[in-house]
Amino acid sequence: MRKMETDETRIASLVKEIPELLDGGFRAMEVCGTHTVSIFRSGIRSLLPESVDLISGPGCPVCVTPVGEIDKAVNLAHRKDVVILTFGDLMRVPGSTSSLSLARAEGSDVRIITSPLDTLAIAQAEPGKKAVFFAVGFETTSPAIAASVREARAKGIENLFILSSLRLIPPALRALLSSKKLALDGFLLPGHVSVIIGAAPYSFLVREFAIGGVITGFEALDILEGVSMLLRQKKEARAAIEIQYRRAVKEGGNPRALGIMDEVFMPVDASWRGLGTIPDSGLALREEFRGMDAAQAFDIPYEEVDDPPGCRCGEVLQGLIRPPECPLFGTRCTPQYPVGPCMVSSEGSCAAFYRYGALR
Amino acid sequence: MCLGIPGKITSITGDLAAVDFGGVSREVSLLLCPEVREGDYVLVHVGFAIQRLEEREALETLALFKEMERGWDEEDGDR
Amino acid sequence: MKNSSILIAHGAGGQLSHELIAELFLPFLENPVLSNLDDSALLTAPGTRLALTTDAYVVKPLFFPGGDIGRLSLCGTVNDLAMMGAAPLGIAASFILEEGFATEKLERILGSLKAAAEEAGTEVVAGDTKVVERGKADGLFITTSGVGAVPEGVDIQGRNAREGDAVILSGPVGDHEAGILLARGDFSLKGTVLSDCAPLNHLVDAMLGASKEIHVLRDPTRGGLATVLWEIANSSEVGLEVEEEAIQVRSEVMGVCDLLGFDPLYLANEGKLVAVVPEKHAEKVLSAMKSHPLGKSSVAIGRVVAGHPGRVHLKTRIGGHRLLEPLSGEQFPRIC
Repeated sequence: MRKMETDETRIASLVKEIPELLDGGFRAMEVCGTHTVSIFRSGIRSLLPESVDLISGPGCPVCVTPVGEIDKAVNLAHRKDVVILTFGDLMRVPGSTSSLSLARAEGSDVRIITSPLDTLAIAQAEPGKKAVFFAVGFETTSPAIAASVREARAKGIENLFILSSLRLIPPALRALLSSKKLALDGFLLPGHVSVIIGAAPYSFLVREFAIGGVITGFEALDILEGVSMLLRQKKEARAAIEIQYRRAVKEGGNPRALGIMDEVFMPVDASWRGLGTIPDSGLALREEFRGMDAAQAFDIPYEEVDDPPGCRCGEVLQGLIRPPECPLFGTRCTPQYPVGPCMVSSEGSCAAFYRYGALR
Repeated sequence: MCLGIPGKITSITGDLAAVDFGGVSREVSLLLCPEVREGDYVLVHVGFAIQRLEEREALETLALFKEMERGWDEEDGDR
Repeated sequence: MKNSSILIAHGAGGQLSHELIAELFLPFLENPVLSNLDDSALLTAPGTRLALTTDAYVVKPLFFPGGDIGRLSLCGTVNDLAMMGAAPLGIAASFILEEGFATEKLERILGSLKAAAEEAGTEVVAGDTKVVERGKADGLFITTSGVGAVPEGVDIQGRNAREGDAVILSGPVGDHEAGILLARGDFSLKGTVLSDCAPLNHLVDAMLGASKEIHVLRDPTRGGLATVLWEIANSSEVGLEVEEEAIQVRSEVMGVCDLLGFDPLYLANEGKLVAVVPEKHAEKVLSAMKSHPLGKSSVAIGRVVAGHPGRVHLKTRIGGHRLLEPLSGEQFPRIC
């Protein structure tokens, strides 16, 4: 396979160095779903000492989308004059009774896109339909969606709507720590969210909670370096926000992207599966763009839906339990037949554990 | 979250760029990174360049593409 | 069957496909030969053993770099026979044509089919055609059957892997499916990867020439290498340990995978095989493979172990370990 780590000796020396930096147990939360998958796929867990505990956090946008929001999208999908546009990640997420994938199998017009700009072309090609973009993601994705919304406006496209399920990471971290249920030595912070937002938005972790974080890339070498940097912080009894992923992340992030995001979206309270409602943790279209808001344009019933009985995704997302501790894990809940979102998302902790794990 | 892949800009037309990823290319929007130029390396997410990468760093990760290409050319005599 | 209707994922070659067969088809059709679920059925006729296989080809687009539906259908059928060690005796092909399909296209496809048959040293000995109304067949569907003769002394079946056997792969993975994705122009990707579509029977003959004692052969089509390794581990009730480092992937295929969030170990191949061979014959077989044009890049990728029966362990590039699961549904492009 492709060698992303051109420096294999660096990896080997980190694997050696990490146990030496350990002083007792060590527990870090890797926030980002893509980190969860990288960690499992690279086999890093099997190389780290048992006392290094990496727990997965709520940075899986699919995992934290409430069932009721999936139901909204499925509801719209059933309408004959609607074409639902979505990233592939959402296709299989179970709603209360159906999913976008099942809706498609039953004849709904559901299409997978790989860029928010695709939605413009599709809307223009289907003047008789209403194109609804089910927009899910964090700060990595929101600026691209914002830029696309502006483009749609500039092009006078009137049949494109956004069903926003966009969320923000720092408020979720604050909510996790404020609950005081979590004991952590530090965070592996999401590399690509940080490309956009930079390092400053995480400084409250140190100021208010005395917990440090390392903004980390996604290759095995990056993750090992990130862990090592956190271990050093602990050893030196300091908490700081540091950047490991220097090749892509600047202190100030991407100001242009932030500006565009801010022009189009505003923070609103949002409900996170497993975490409840977190203030100012979601994004909604600003007044000027409200005409494109699917929530306004369509009368979509929204119902709070309880998690299926026995499903403990909420606790998995908060890092309170490991997937195998959920009674449904591997028995009633598998990647082929997922009950909760942690199993259906390719980067959900449960899916990662099931697919790659069980060796540690 | 999210897959961000490094690629090299091979041409620019307005706010769109053709970006090469080890032999496969995609049209990428420069709306979030307008200051880049042909030959630059960028990090791409959902069809948008989200950051310009320092060439040296990007090259490290793309190094194997070059290695592999050379290897396959030699062996692909029958195609 | 938990699903009340068929999903695209049921055709992806992964666990949902296995489930469709196990829970819907086998209850009706079950018999000892079918239940082996090998690439071909082994039948005994007086004085000889035959392999029988059937396949359907619904590929889109019909023409792609490296081949077309004609070549694909011939090679796929010959390969199913070859995976039992059988030399093809003849292929039967039936064509479901859509009203309005251009005869010029059909000519190209038939020319391609003929050329592939010549490469394989076999012929289409029986056929059928049907025409359905416009809109009912997506251009052309081809279904085939193939019969082959299994040589004396050869016993190649999914359940024959034994502890200590070497696992050998004939070349880089993912070419066919990546090539098709690019040919479709899906997801705004541009580039060319040639499908690896090729008849493998002569390669298999060369391997059998080196040693008749080959235990398992499988071509990693839908579901990819990972799924086939898992199938072998389960049919033989053994564990497999495989090295990620040894598995080759072209840079363009890796580019497609990176951009879509796919894993090349789950992409379909149409001109590659996995061989499970007793350790003592591995060197000779590998050498014979490397001397053949379709096996130039052959490499040992792992071995069969007694531990963890039914599971495949992958030693990662950085020396860690993880499980290698079969494809579950279908791979969707993802952004996260």
